[in-house]
Amino acid sequence: MPDLLLEFFSEEIPARMQRQGAEDLKRLVTGALVERGLLYEGAQSFVTPRRLALHIVGLPAEQTKSMEERKGPRVGAPDAAIQGFLKSAGLARIEDAKIEKDPKKGEFYVALIEKPGRATTQVIAEIFPAIIRGFPWPKSMRWGAASVRSDALRWVRPLRAIVCTFSSQHETPEIVKFDVDGLASGDTTYGHRFMAPDAIKVRRFEDYVDNLAKARVVLDAERRKQIILADARSLALAHGLALVEDEGLLEEVAGLVEWPVVLMGEFEAAFLEIPSEVIRATIRANQKCFVLRDASGKLANKFILVANLIASDGGAAIAAGNGRVVRARLSDARHFWLTDLASLPDYKGKAGKPLDQRLAKLRALGIVFHEKLGSQGERVDRIAALSYKLAPLVGADPALARRAAILAKADLVTEMVGEFPELQGLMGRYYAAGQGEDAAVAAALEDHYKPQGPNDRTPGAPISIAVALADKLDALVGFWIIDEKPTGSKDPYALRRAALGIIRLILDNNLRLSIADCVRWSLLAYILYGLRPDASYRSLAKEYDPQLTEPTERWCDPSYTMLLNFDGFIDKRGEDAGLFQIGHPDHSPGVHGEEIARFAAAHHELHRRLEELDRLADSLTAIGFSGEDNPTALGLSGDVVGYYEGSPDLRPIYAQPALPLGKSLLAFFADRLKVYLRDKGARHDLIDAVFALPGQDDLLMIVRRVEALGRFLETDDGKNLLAGYRRAANILRAEEKKDGAGAFSSAHDEDALVLPQEKALANTLGAASRSAAEHVAREDFEGAMRALARLRAPVDAFFVDVTVNADEPELRLNRLRLLNELREAVHTVADFSKIVG
Amino acid sequence: MSAVSASKAAQEADASLDPTRSFQALILTLQAYWARQDCVILQPYDMEVGAGTFHPATTLRSLGPTPWKAAYAQPSRRPKDGRYGENPNRLQHYYQFQVILKPSPENLQDLYLGSLKAIGVDEALHDIRFVEDDWESPTLGAWGLGWECWCDGMEVSQFTYFQQVAGFECAPVSGELTYGLERLAMYVQGVDSIYDLNFNGRDGAARISYRDVFLQAEQEYSRFNFEYADTEILFRHFKDAEGECRALLEKGASGTRHLMALPAYDQCIKASHAFNLLDARGVISVTERQSYILRVRELAKACGAAWLKTAGGGAGPGQ
Repeated sequence: MPDLLLEFFSEEIPARMQRQGAEDLKRLVTGALVERGLLYEGAQSFVTPRRLALHIVGLPAEQTKSMEERKGPRVGAPDAAIQGFLKSAGLARIEDAKIEKDPKKGEFYVALIEKPGRATTQVIAEIFPAIIRGFPWPKSMRWGAASVRSDALRWVRPLRAIVCTFSSQHETPEIVKFDVDGLASGDTTYGHRFMAPDAIKVRRFEDYVDNLAKARVVLDAERRKQIILADARSLALAHGLALVEDEGLLEEVAGLVEWPVVLMGEFEAAFLEIPSEVIRATIRANQKCFVLRDASGKLANKFILVANLIASDGGAAIAAGNGRVVRARLSDARHFWLTDLASLPDYKGKAGKPLDQRLAKLRALGIVFHEKLGSQGERVDRIAALSYKLAPLVGADPALARRAAILAKADLVTEMVGEFPELQGLMGRYYAAGQGEDAAVAAALEDHYKPQGPNDRTPGAPISIAVALADKLDALVGFWIIDEKPTGSKDPYALRRAALGIIRLILDNNLRLSIADCVRWSLLAYILYGLRPDASYRSLAKEYDPQLTEPTERWCDPSYTMLLNFDGFIDKRGEDAGLFQIGHPDHSPGVHGEEIARFAAAHHELHRRLEELDRLADSLTAIGFSGEDNPTALGLSGDVVGYYEGSPDLRPIYAQPALPLGKSLLAFFADRLKVYLRDKGARHDLIDAVFALPGQDDLLMIVRRVEALGRFLETDDGKNLLAGYRRAANILRAEEKKDGAGAFSSAHDEDALVLPQEKALANTLGAASRSAAEHVAREDFEGAMRALARLRAPVDAFFVDVTVNADEPELRLNRLRLLNELREAVHTVADFSKIVG
Repeated sequence: MSAVSASKAAQEADASLDPTRSFQALILTLQAYWARQDCVILQPYDMEVGAGTFHPATTLRSLGPTPWKAAYAQPSRRPKDGRYGENPNRLQHYYQFQVILKPSPENLQDLYLGSLKAIGVDEALHDIRFVEDDWESPTLGAWGLGWECWCDGMEVSQFTYFQQVAGFECAPVSGELTYGLERLAMYVQGVDSIYDLNFNGRDGAARISYRDVFLQAEQEYSRFNFEYADTEILFRHFKDAEGECRALLEKGASGTRHLMALPAYDQCIKASHAFNLLDARGVISVTERQSYILRVRELAKACGAAWLKTAGGGAGPGQ
């Protein structure tokens, strides 16, 4: 069976686009062939900086021919119809057509037309121009004289030659001829740009690969990676060093060379005073070189570079040149390092230590966190307040947690992080240590971003935990306020990762936290920093006549609506009491008296809330608490939550569970927790069974309960109790349909118990139910399940010997009440109705 | 003069024109090379610009259908990059060598490599690479795809196929080469500090270094850029230039033709430089920064539109 070889020879393709380009080429071409009935045995694509190639083996020489039936007129139809049919079906005589019978139409003519298979080369020539023109490069361009036309060919970089040959094993390969925008396919490619630039005539894949290898081109990217890795390891070893491996860098470097030549460069040992992560980032990002470690694990003053040339001097000039650039880059890095450790000229003596000065600069620059969520400075204030509040709950010193939070984002305006954003946090840690911060504070600067991904370490130090939680909560709550929740595959602010981070921080450190409380505190921080209106909160809701004027723009801003109505008070009495109405008191008399009263009440409540917020803001300002440009006042930030909660007027607003924002965020946590636990092998139905209970927002307890439930259900007692529960629940459901929901919710009547089995159940039920509730209260879920397990025998016996739907109505009612009690007893532990299987 | 000293003098003379020995010879060699490729060799534009791209020979000439080939050295000012002469790699005033070929020729990469050879970079010895680097100028409303060109890991040039300039699709596309002359000279001369570059190729008492020519300027302009430039005046200059640009665009509009695209564009350049100075003085906040860039871009776009209505921009005869 013939093979197809295709090569697009172009100017240098960006390394990061090569792999996807190769995959796209294979997918598009094979897809188009199969669509046209051309099945193949195998396909492989290849890519180098200058070429994208595809080899397809086992293609047929032509499409299989097919028969097509075409229905014609009925037998005996007018001659004109017959003649038209013959013409369209390509038949000479009507005798060449078959006659078929149809019960409705009677006899009619059918022509059998043979559709010959077209030559594969012809099909290929037809499909390629469209594939080339529609190739999904992330960025493409026009070039040359042809680019005067807007429909000129686009490619990732100028496309210079196309090879397309089709060959059977023993035949001379054939060039598949096609043309895209004046560029004709052929059988000529070129070797390595510098070492073998001459034209190469291509026949088929085997000689193509061989000739390219002779012309210093390794076609296969995987092969280039292997060569680089093996050569780099052995070169390092020869110098008594070890390569610091880096898959991402390896992939990129393999996309920058057609013929890898691994060399070693060197820089002065004095640079090793710079943190090793900085050296690595510098050498990696700017020079695309690998760093090395010595036997003791310390960074060595040598590096590995990958050239694209077998140089006439053995690579000495190349290594020396790269060394010079690396030295210049490291001088820059050392300059950044020393600059960052020193005071900022404009802030010296004014804003505390060097990192505090960077915070002052961060505030002064007004760097925006998100246009609707205020500045980075305000974010720092919020995280500081939240860290202070969370600290005692995670065993951290509140003052140190606040200190860490205040410094947490200061490194964003350091020179080093400006140059290497991936070093954020880590540099903060170095600089904090450099200015004599508490070691736990310094560590928190790095760790508060963690855990980043599923494989990242979860911080375990209390101060790190407090700030890490605050950082993530602030992001989640903020984006929830402005309704930028993740949807489908879109999660631009990595909020799923943030929620998972919180879950892991809580579970890995066995923390007891109410998510609802955390959300409420975070909301409060948003009210204080970041969402404050220009004038006052009161100004949000001016009195206005909705017939004549629009509500103020700010008032319509969903962020404020969400904040002010976070507990859903506006909708409490009816869905129609919308925001539009509460901005003004409707005093008009009318038939809808009740509705108007409701609007007026909502209006009143809104104004009360706004005024309270203003009073709070005023009193905070009065005690010198302004956040911005006032680092000393920041010392108070953590007390704000306490201050707020201590104010009796404000308590009703924020003492309630945060709804509906809290509710929707809690549901998000529940989802993330499910994903997390499912990955760890837990059953999602058990998680549902626990979440279905009211007031579940303590993640650690939820997980403990799920675990206990899982273990319980694996015992015979558990399985039988579940079976008994189901039987009871099914009966209740059926009977509730007849008698109405809640018909059996009263307690059973002791005197109406007749049979010993029902008496036994009633007795055990009371004791077991009390005991289970007590164990749950003590958070001893195993104990609660054990208590319920005692129900197994009486339940089994009950269902064997007792007829629930007895003829006597009192007996039936009493027994159903008993079953209802059983159902409720089981629900103290989990909602067993959610359990499947 | 003895034969020996005569030949020595000849060698000396050669050294002053040897691109691996003198900064000026690097420029001269590149000029000669691109002159042989049919480029018009222009002189620097007589205004303060942030990059060679701002020269109307690139910005404006890359618009419209008329073929164009030019090369020139352009002093470039980036006030924020000033380091008071203390950093061996950074300057607030440096040279770019700019080549613009429209439409981009098929063999542009080979022509570029030929120019490296001409200035003494041996391709059998040095590792030359084209590494992805897409170019964008927010102030000019321009972008293109291309590479930074590496020589043994050092970025020595920027290579761009212009796709859009002043908000207009380039038709045809121009190829633009920008050589960072100081870097390239450091490389071929083998020195680690810009200030150690030999400027005139002479040795001993006759030697003039880059330090001799520019160190004092770097120090003085760093003071000016960061500390003493009067921001009130600069704000005014920005506003004036912006106003004048708009006024000229309006007054020069004449039916389907435009009669003052070039003077208007000069004002756009002035506004851009005033912005760069203000930025260096640190008086433009992050949010304002974006809006200033946008204002300059609007001017650049309007100038580009005006240029397309001139003979140079390929407009036909007007009414």
